[in-house]
Amino acid sequence: MLTLNINGKDQELDVPADMPLLWVLRDVAHLTGTKFGCGMAQCGACTVHVDGAPLRACITPATAVANGQKILTIEGLSTDGSHPVQQAWAELDVVQCGYCQSGQIMSAAALLAKIPKPTDSDIDQALSGNICRCGTYPRIREAVKRAAEIG
Amino acid sequence: MNSILDVSRRGFLKGSAVLGAGLVVAFVIPGAHRFAVGAENEGNIFAPNAFLRIGNDNSVTVLLGHSEMGQGIWTGLTMLIAEELDADWSTIRVEHSPASAAEYGLPGFGGMQITGGSTSTWMEFDRYRQAGAAARLMLIDAAAKRFDVAPSQIRTESGVVIAGDKRATYGELADDAGKLPVPDPASIKFKEAKDWKVIGKPTKRLDTPEKITGRAKFGMDVQFDGLMTAMVARPPVFGGSVKSFEGAEALAVPGVHKVVQVPTGVAVIADHYWAAKLGRDALKVDWDLGPNTGLDSHKLLESFRKLAATPGISASKAGDATVALGKATKKIDVEYSVPYLAHAPMEPLNCTVKISKDTCEIWTGTQFQTLDQMIAGKITGLKPEQVEIHTEFLGGGFGRRANPTSDFVAEAVQVAKAAGAPVKTVWSREDDIRGGYYRSMFLHQANIGLDAGGMPIAWKHVMVGQSIMDGTAFAAMMVKDGVDKTSVEGVVDSPYLEDLADHQVELHSPKTGISVLWLRSVGHSHTAFVMESLIDELAEAAGKDPVEYRRALLKNHPRHLGVLNLAVEKANWTAPLPDGHALGVAVHESFGSYVAHVAEVSQDNLKIRVHRVVCAVDCGIAVNPMSIAAQMESCITFGLGFALHSKLTVKDGQVMQSNFHDYQVLRLNEMPVVEVHIVPSTERSGGIGEAGVPPTAPAVANAVFALTGQRLRELPLQLSGV
Repeated sequence: MLTLNINGKDQELDVPADMPLLWVLRDVAHLTGTKFGCGMAQCGACTVHVDGAPLRACITPATAVANGQKILTIEGLSTDGSHPVQQAWAELDVVQCGYCQSGQIMSAAALLAKIPKPTDSDIDQALSGNICRCGTYPRIREAVKRAAEIG
Repeated sequence: MNSILDVSRRGFLKGSAVLGAGLVVAFVIPGAHRFAVGAENEGNIFAPNAFLRIGNDNSVTVLLGHSEMGQGIWTGLTMLIAEELDADWSTIRVEHSPASAAEYGLPGFGGMQITGGSTSTWMEFDRYRQAGAAARLMLIDAAAKRFDVAPSQIRTESGVVIAGDKRATYGELADDAGKLPVPDPASIKFKEAKDWKVIGKPTKRLDTPEKITGRAKFGMDVQFDGLMTAMVARPPVFGGSVKSFEGAEALAVPGVHKVVQVPTGVAVIADHYWAAKLGRDALKVDWDLGPNTGLDSHKLLESFRKLAATPGISASKAGDATVALGKATKKIDVEYSVPYLAHAPMEPLNCTVKISKDTCEIWTGTQFQTLDQMIAGKITGLKPEQVEIHTEFLGGGFGRRANPTSDFVAEAVQVAKAAGAPVKTVWSREDDIRGGYYRSMFLHQANIGLDAGGMPIAWKHVMVGQSIMDGTAFAAMMVKDGVDKTSVEGVVDSPYLEDLADHQVELHSPKTGISVLWLRSVGHSHTAFVMESLIDELAEAAGKDPVEYRRALLKNHPRHLGVLNLAVEKANWTAPLPDGHALGVAVHESFGSYVAHVAEVSQDNLKIRVHRVVCAVDCGIAVNPMSIAAQMESCITFGLGFALHSKLTVKDGQVMQSNFHDYQVLRLNEMPVVEVHIVPSTERSGGIGEAGVPPTAPAVANAVFALTGQRLRELPLQLSGV
């Protein structure tokens, strides 16, 4: 049994010791907003926050974040799309297929929490680990800047 | 296990339970008799495709027969309905329809329900408008009866019917309207273009709220009580098969329940993905590697080269290119090649299947519902209409989720059948990259002669690459006299060849043992690279500016010229650039749309950097300009990915790449500034999901030539050090 603090609530979960956080979230806690894309921290679709920092859930054993760390998923960012990053995403019509966007939004939210007014280079660094095959990159760039304004 | 399927949506599709609870569907158009409340509507089918429901709560629900995979079709087709319905846009919601060829099939695809080929907008332009217009006429008739006024005295506006000082909302009239006959579609008069309020208006996507909150359900997200997850061990070599397997160690992994053989390999079935993966890792399979262990993409390209030297099948011929070449002042004799490519959509392939005595239920992101139904029916012994498909959002398609063999659906049905239980079969990224169904490797050789003025007078072109359509259900439609249209599109219909009295195009379509499939923009993904690079080579040989040279060649092709001129004007083609930067241009028509790109590049230690792409697009009537801009951005990103990075290689019958670390695609830090300019047009709409891809690679290659003098004739583009 592991106790994970997910989106502000402690949850007791019966999972194998080596199970990555991604699959605990998706297949055991049924929080499917966090996505599986590559399984080796290459695409960023599985990005969640752990104590405010972005983390690739697909290569992180759940046991490594079971010591009271606060895990935040897209479902916990806001329930109604009111987080400034989500507002900016909606304003700039960023999404296409949408599969990578939970990870993009979580990476962007973590960036803005750390650097409220990011430069282009900050955005490159924080978001180049998140692949989007639909090519929403130009709008992601603009939306991160817009979210910084909405703040 | 909690069931987190979207209960309301399932219930809605299923009908009675939710309808009985008061979510009244008052009338249904067209052909949605199974959802109709009143018997009056039974059989009122005036078009086989679009669904529209108006509730007493003023909700307008569109049931879309097309799959949303990022291209924005939910919004675009809904705009067509809303235009003629005079709907209140804020009350509209969209759902994927059930799968049914009878109700959603497209005449242009032999009656099948399909989303692909950049066809949805233009194929549905009339039918979706008809659905909205018919509903509006019925609402007006209902109001005319209620208010006792002539229909001609009634107008509609934003979900309200207005007759003098009397008003009623669509919801208030829905019950009455549902009892009226559906008008004959032939009698419906569409609005004139000058009166359009919705078509042509930049409109935001309707699926954004779900997709920014993690609520959107993709196939991967389907979960319900009793559902297990499978991973399939497939042969490491194309054409291999299972000799025998030992599943004890896999079964020893906690959470693994079954190990079963299926036609494509051995499936490990478990409580969740992680157990299935560990189980598959522990599985021991003795493979019969089959006849392809010698497959090697490098050697294969050599064999393509040998084939190119032999006579091929004629794909296009005019005059006598050999004689004309003899008269040429200058000749260009060059070879181009492109590698195998994987689609690599962000959502790895997956498919959930639940088989019972009378039905086979499938939840997946698919572009080919009708084929999936036929193939799943064959496997389960059910009729296609007993195969019920719940189309979920597609986490990218790019052609991979439209396979004539329905490979990932068929396999998942086999797994569920062998398991005797509901199973979601999930592919890993490695499975996806190594799973075949690639854009084919192609070799092009061109021998072109110029006259003294530098203009082409003879063109010989040989292409070698495997056919996509050969052996599929589409062969009858797409393969003529041995020529697969998708192999040669972009060459045989090129405006440059069309105007050339002496030309010949020959094709070789060798079978390689590697399965191939259309990838976003299909044949154009390589032919535009070759043709637009060749035109640049000719301009160089003629000592002319690439834009002026194209203008001369395209003088009888106004839509090509239109986008070319707009792109170069917006890109300031002749203005000075920063030191170390250069521009390249390409223009290409595909899927009924004309696109020109101007790319600005530089290089840093032989690494090509693309700074800006200025795009001009003429797609006919621009239904949703916001969506068109997004699709051009999308196409450019996709095109840059394979122009600069992506390449699959095969050695000893195995694909050497496996995941995004060695099969690279474009990332945000490499994304150029993109500007999209839309040519105003009243022509019939073309497709926008693919047409921006083809000119991307050649615009960059031509810019690289302008910058470095290196003419790169292979993708991905790689500068060499001197």
